[in-house]
Amino acid sequence: MHEHDVLVVGAGGAGLRAAIAAHEEGADVAMVTKLHPVRSHTGAAEGGINAALHPEDSWELHAYDTMKGSDYLGDAPAVETFAQDAPDEVIQLEHWGMPFSREEDGTVSQRPFGGLSHPRTTYAGAETGHHLLHTMYEQVVKRGITVYEEQQVLDLAVTDHDDVEDRECHGVVAYDIASGQVEGFSARDGVILATGGPGQVFDHTTNAVANSGDGYAMAYRAGVPLEDMEFVQFHPTTLPSTGVLISEGVRGEGGILYNEDEERFMFEHGYANNEGELASRDVVSRAELTEVNEGRGIEDEYVHLDMRHLGEERILDRLENILHLAEDFEGVDGLDEPMPVKPGQHYQMGGVECNENGQTCIDGLYAAGETACVSLHGANRLGGNALPELLVFGARAGSHAAGADMKEAEIQTGPSAKSEGGDLGADVEIGALEAGADETVAADGAAVEPGQVLSQAVERERERVETLLEEDGINHAHVRDDIQETMTENVNVFRREENLIEALEDIREARERYQHVSASDPSRTYNTDLLHTMETRNIIDIAEAITAGALARDEFRGAHWREQHQYRDDENWLKHTLLAWNDGSPELYYKPVELEAEKEYEPKERSY
Amino acid sequence: MSTQIEQEQTEEQTEAEAEAAEPAEQSHQDRRLSEKTARAEAREREEQAREEVRDADDTVRIKVFRYDPEVEGKSEPRFDDFQVPFFKGMTVLDALIYARDHYDSSLTFRHSCRQAVCGSDALFVNGQQRLGCKTQMADLEGPVRIEPLPHQDVVKDLVVDMEHFYEQMKSVEPYFQPDDLPEGEREEQRQSPENREKVKMSTRCIWCGACMSSCNIAAGDNEYLGPAAINKAYRFAMDEREGEIQKQDRLEIIEQEHGVWRCQTQFSCTEVCPKDIPLTEHIQELKREAVKSNLKFW
Repeated sequence: MHEHDVLVVGAGGAGLRAAIAAHEEGADVAMVTKLHPVRSHTGAAEGGINAALHPEDSWELHAYDTMKGSDYLGDAPAVETFAQDAPDEVIQLEHWGMPFSREEDGTVSQRPFGGLSHPRTTYAGAETGHHLLHTMYEQVVKRGITVYEEQQVLDLAVTDHDDVEDRECHGVVAYDIASGQVEGFSARDGVILATGGPGQVFDHTTNAVANSGDGYAMAYRAGVPLEDMEFVQFHPTTLPSTGVLISEGVRGEGGILYNEDEERFMFEHGYANNEGELASRDVVSRAELTEVNEGRGIEDEYVHLDMRHLGEERILDRLENILHLAEDFEGVDGLDEPMPVKPGQHYQMGGVECNENGQTCIDGLYAAGETACVSLHGANRLGGNALPELLVFGARAGSHAAGADMKEAEIQTGPSAKSEGGDLGADVEIGALEAGADETVAADGAAVEPGQVLSQAVERERERVETLLEEDGINHAHVRDDIQETMTENVNVFRREENLIEALEDIREARERYQHVSASDPSRTYNTDLLHTMETRNIIDIAEAITAGALARDEFRGAHWREQHQYRDDENWLKHTLLAWNDGSPELYYKPVELEAEKEYEPKERSY
Repeated sequence: MSTQIEQEQTEEQTEAEAEAAEPAEQSHQDRRLSEKTARAEAREREEQAREEVRDADDTVRIKVFRYDPEVEGKSEPRFDDFQVPFFKGMTVLDALIYARDHYDSSLTFRHSCRQAVCGSDALFVNGQQRLGCKTQMADLEGPVRIEPLPHQDVVKDLVVDMEHFYEQMKSVEPYFQPDDLPEGEREEQRQSPENREKVKMSTRCIWCGACMSSCNIAAGDNEYLGPAAINKAYRFAMDEREGEIQKQDRLEIIEQEHGVWRCQTQFSCTEVCPKDIPLTEHIQELKREAVKSNLKFW
């Protein structure tokens, strides 16, 4: 067994920042990651890091833009903390050697981005995430912070007090990928979940294969509610065969979208008569899918993004990287032919409910980065706000877990923050299968002593691993495919009540089938079959949470579109959706949005 | 959920579930159910693959290196052949994933981002180090031979032990160490756009290990820092934000016995680098810097 003060699960941007902060606070901190830190998906971020650095800019403006972008579903204390801390975090990164793009006078460049009232996006070429990830990993190496690489965390060691808010987290159980050993990691002061996004819930995503949302699922089953999971951002221009992102920059430079009949559909079919291709992400994604659904897609799947008319010189000057991506990942020469594109899952706005210090309602359990829902992004995230989020809230979670003296958080979490109960409004079953099914259903009130909690969790996971290795069963890949298919078919950009119910039924069926999975690779050495099989369990729970939230929220807000509910309903829906596992019988409930902190944010129509 | 095959599958499962509901010998029943479902699933999966191969306009054959020290039949290295349906834009990684998900779920390889930035899937493809996700099947002569990176210990199938590579990276003090920092509040260090441009290519390294694997010198001298680590040192030594004192320290590190002077400028690292980093040039430039700095101290 390993023992540390603070454990950080996941070593992307949020995890690295949290570890550095905890270390600076004097804690013995260690990171546990199923990859190697530099393989984390933060490295794929392109755009930039928003921070109000310029004298004419201000945190107030950044907060206002963020709240408007969130379609008034962000919580003001989170939004303000974020906007206030971001500039210091960016300067800190610069002092750690981040190769930011520069102005002639040697200062850090800032460029305009969608939804921002001031050019405040700092960047490092079109590879900002790569540089951020490597710069922070360098700092982790410099500090000699322990990193347990290629160790997949399987579960959390949480006490099973009846009341979730009495529970405590004492560590994690991890599987050493190289050796096949299951071991306990004890955390004296805190466990921080920073495991990134859940893109593998969909079959077409810009997320990495590793983004199976392990943190969401583990926190959820331990009792922490998942918040606003229905808000999923779909990016309109991703390559059809891989989901690789083609930057908004192509349309920014004048790229045009065409359907099969070579119509410029954004205008010709009236989706956005003013902005055309440059309408917001959700509008363009919906337009593309409408074209495909009405039979005007190419190969019934995608549309064309054409930039040939821009000319070779301009393309090479400003969009060179796009040529490489289209060539390498789609075999298409963007100078010669239009590029095929379709919408793809990109970012999860919702997540593990926590406050502005990263604390969940379970003592000693924290969340940060895409895994967390503070809530900063509300119903829609602005471009350039994800990277500063992982810096600001990664640092805060790390410091708090290490015992730093910090202002008490304003955001309320846990079941005690509940303002009203919710209802799926349909006769569908969610949550754990009937008793006897092989699922972790905690809370018989038996295990409350720290050492005992961890050793029980280790035993439980060892058994699970043995069962999966020894029994014959079905291949998880089939179950995962079914989830991804139904999510992409039914819980995509367009959401209709009957489709959402169908998805929940499909997920239920997948959950039943999952009872019969096993790993056919018997090896203890680097058994990815086993690991992916265990990830698929997490994918099922997250898919269900996203769909349940989408079914409950019958309004149109930000990225969440509902047929027959085509307006933002502030009267009834200025509230967060929460889904608590409730020991296997999930409970849906709500808590109000906080639109007032230092400033007050009056909901207004969101138009750009 | 609409194909004929899947409907049959569901019926079979329902029947089996009814069986499992019998209280007697439930675990035995469960086991039989699992085995039965598993066999049906595997059959279905392979049938689907065969059908797709039959229907495909074009298919490709891959020959994949297999090895697992603890599994009978795999402890002696061998090559397995897989026939996979080809589609436009298909990469080597896509072909591997298809083979794993349809024929053999124990086929093992590292991969994550699928877009040439995480550096997980450097492989030896048709005799050259390449990133699996970035290599188009259409550009390769078939059957495509896929092996683990040479000159590294094989852990299993296409997975190699990267520990030595990481150790070499760490040995060059791979972190920014400025002589001093600006004192003003929220004040950044200045860096000219020209200097940023100078280090730009060196900062693109994704730690995939292709260069190290291709290097003859590294193959013969286990202590040689290797192209990636030297490039990392270059990235900091050439960054004007670090001061002169620090630069001297860095040059000392790369000038050691197993440092830059080992490089015989064969350019193999530069040729295989998936991020087009001019590694050999960077090594040469550090040699010149080292000479200049030594002359200065004479």
